[in-house]
Amino acid sequence: MNLEKVDKSRFEPKRPGSQDIAWCPGCGNFGIRNILITALAELGLNPNEVAIISGIGQAAKMPHYIKANGYHTLHGRAIPIATGVKTANPELTVIAEGGDGDMYAEGGNHLLHAIRRNPDITVLIHDNQIYGLTKGQASPTTMKGIKTPTQPWGVFEEPFNVIALAIALDASFVARTFMGYFRESVEIIKKAIEHKGLAIVDIFHPCVSFNKVNTYAWYREHTYWMDDHDSYDREAAFKRAIETDPLPLGVFYINEKPTFEELVPAYKRDKTPLWKREPKVEEIRKILDIKRRL
Amino acid sequence: MVEFREDLSVVLGGAAGQGIQTVEEILTRTLKFSGYNVYANKEYMSRVRGGINTTEIRVSSKRVRAFVKKIDILIPFKRGVLPWVKDRISESTVVIGEKENVEEEFLEKIHFIEVPLTKMALDVGSQLYLNTIAAGIVVGIFRGEFSAVEEYLKERFGSKGENVVQKNIEAAKKGYELGLKLLKEGTVKVEVQRKEKVRDEILLSGAEAVALGALAGGMNFLSFYPMSPSTGVAVFAAQHAEDFEIVVEQVEDEISAINMALGAWYAGARAMVTTSGGGFALMTEALSLAGMAENPIVIHLAQRPGPATGLPTRTMQGDLNLVLHAGHGDFPRIILAPGNIEEAFYMSAEAFNLADRYQVPVIILTDQYLVDTYYNLPELELDKVKVEKHIVEAKPGYRRYELTEDGISPRAIPGYGEDVVVANGNEHDEWGDITEDAELTVRMQEKRAIRKLETIRKNAPLPRLIGGEDAKYIIVAWGSTLHIVEEAIEKLGRDDVALLHFSWLYPLNPEAKKFFEGKTIIAVELNVTGQFAELLRKELGVEVHHRVLKYDGRAFSVEEVLDAINGVVE
Ligand SMILES: Cc1ncc(C[n+]2csc(CCOP(=O)(O)OP(=O)(O)O)c2C)c(N)n1
Ligand code: SF4
Repeated sequence: MNLEKVDKSRFEPKRPGSQDIAWCPGCGNFGIRNILITALAELGLNPNEVAIISGIGQAAKMPHYIKANGYHTLHGRAIPIATGVKTANPELTVIAEGGDGDMYAEGGNHLLHAIRRNPDITVLIHDNQIYGLTKGQASPTTMKGIKTPTQPWGVFEEPFNVIALAIALDASFVARTFMGYFRESVEIIKKAIEHKGLAIVDIFHPCVSFNKVNTYAWYREHTYWMDDHDSYDREAAFKRAIETDPLPLGVFYINEKPTFEELVPAYKRDKTPLWKREPKVEEIRKILDIKRRL
Repeated sequence: MVEFREDLSVVLGGAAGQGIQTVEEILTRTLKFSGYNVYANKEYMSRVRGGINTTEIRVSSKRVRAFVKKIDILIPFKRGVLPWVKDRISESTVVIGEKENVEEEFLEKIHFIEVPLTKMALDVGSQLYLNTIAAGIVVGIFRGEFSAVEEYLKERFGSKGENVVQKNIEAAKKGYELGLKLLKEGTVKVEVQRKEKVRDEILLSGAEAVALGALAGGMNFLSFYPMSPSTGVAVFAAQHAEDFEIVVEQVEDEISAINMALGAWYAGARAMVTTSGGGFALMTEALSLAGMAENPIVIHLAQRPGPATGLPTRTMQGDLNLVLHAGHGDFPRIILAPGNIEEAFYMSAEAFNLADRYQVPVIILTDQYLVDTYYNLPELELDKVKVEKHIVEAKPGYRRYELTEDGISPRAIPGYGEDVVVANGNEHDEWGDITEDAELTVRMQEKRAIRKLETIRKNAPLPRLIGGEDAKYIIVAWGSTLHIVEEAIEKLGRDDVALLHFSWLYPLNPEAKKFFEGKTIIAVELNVTGQFAELLRKELGVEVHHRVLKYDGRAFSVEEVLDAINGVVE
């Protein structure tokens, strides 16, 4: 495909409310939007085939700034909702999107169980290592020592290492990128979307308003690309996952396994999305007949 | 000699793990198959072994569907059962069992028929057969069809091997012959008419009815986290998931359960969650999301006493206020409370049409009493269930939250039509994008909380009046107490007392007011404050004059309600 020629405009929303973008000027969220739109367009998808389910936070406003089916839901709940969407209609390309607070704090439990359940959805975490929308409190990925209005003594909790955690749980696809690297990020997100099974992509992005430590320059200086890494080697992936400085970027781990939708009884014989189905009255009659006998 | 006619209450009591449930199953199925009307309900402790559980089985010439306090025949499987049910024992109670299981002080007060259950069981090969022997005795006393017992045991234990089946049949046979002998000797005399028609009727529990109703209504997605007493619905659905080709998923918590179901509805599925009060409490956040995003959802809530973990395996009508007020902000909801097993079926089916049509949470409020009740019913008319889908295509320019006269915006789903569907839990414009516009906020609030609510309200069905329109006294009941109150009024035998039963609880159609004018109103509720009486005041301005309340975690009995009504009417 000639990538220069791909028409991204079909993902540009023209709705009145989508024109007033609520992100701060200079925020990394703009870059992620551009990356996502590019990835979707390059994959040849259409807006009505895609559903973006977000939680709450600055990152979670994405469904309003892209033309695609969207559901802006509750803090931490994007993953179960996205799972429901995908399971009801496996023909859709489903993306769950939110910030690090959204996905790792409030939604942490759902993330763990989504890894076990393995629905074929892509989870994009805008990881700015801070809470944006609520104005700069520490998030689960805020680094130790950083002072915030609500941690004036400096964060002393261990930051959450989602990459190591996901590999430990034998997740299906685990990657990390920094939105400052456009082309690489597009490729990673395309791979994640194309991957069959739960794909987790932790996306570093600066919060210019509240995170004065993890800036564009900081991410460039403290990350590197894993060029010589075998993503199918779990042990090697885990070793990379626990490196801290510099932080590796790229696809850490791929583990191909059946998805949730493939295993639920609903789709074993019949792939029709649930909305097209009718109740099986004959099966009810059968049960009632058994209840008539003994 | 003791003689029983027309309507008997047989109670079996023992420890959890002693197989009371198996006895309940053998008896309800085989006695129904033998042509008797049956009804069963159990009460049990929240423990897996030990304690005392009892099950009441009514066997009757006519239809019976309500819990009675009286015990005609009692079979205790352990010591402690008689003290546990002492209020229910009278001089005509026949106790069948072993002496060591009957406390001294009761021997004088009852008819005791000593039966060496343990020895009989050991003769067959193990103590384990004690419950099957007891079941056999009861079937014998009713001259039930032994072939039905045999067939049931084959089905029930078939997977455990031929030997287990044969031993159980042998045990049941021993009991059965003993039962016949008691009849022949004239120790007991039982006269209950059988009806050929009953044999082919359906024996169903409340939990099964909810699950089957949901399936008939098109449920194709069920997410849940186990919690008594709601789990039976999930068990039933899971066991039939392959045949129905549906999604049944036990998730990490109730928060996930409801959110998944919301996602499923958003994408066009018909989804349900099944839970109890404590689980529903966790779902409250997502209930608000459903309200704001106008996302349909069906919630089955089987009530048990609260607050908190309360009495996990007992019953109460104590969560009406919870489902009425749960969630922050104003948004409409529909609350249904089936009165019996048939209604549990039809209402569970209809709940999906309602959720789809109005795009609101629809809550099916049952309770432990109803989900654990069984009786035979003639038929469920599947043709009566209509699946109405209210999904439109997303045509170009589609607006998910289009402002309309009746407050209902046509709902499209992702992937059907050219355009996209944007749903939102934040305040939004007609397209679904975030807004903070004051004027638009007002219109959206009014759309959801006033116009849509009014549309639902005026279409709400009226309560059912059982009895004369000119009755002086109106007994108000809701949900699962229907037949208990009905039977109490029947026994009362006065035509100036009528029953007004609500199974559609909210929102109330203002026309319902007409039933109350000029009457003395008595509310019968299984909770400590009279939650429904309060709702009547709030919604209709109706003042209830007397409240008959029970809140010990046990169901009302017909006798209790009868006494209470007697105490109020002149
Ligand atoms: C249940 C609930 N708790 C708290 C909040 C307040 N809240 C909104 S966004 C947010 C955190 C946002 O941080 P993050 O998820 O990292 O996203 P960002 O804004 O940085 O993109 C919080 C705590 C909420 N909306 N809902
Ligand atoms: S608060 Fe931070 S993350 Fe949010 S939009 Fe502003 S800069 Fe971006």
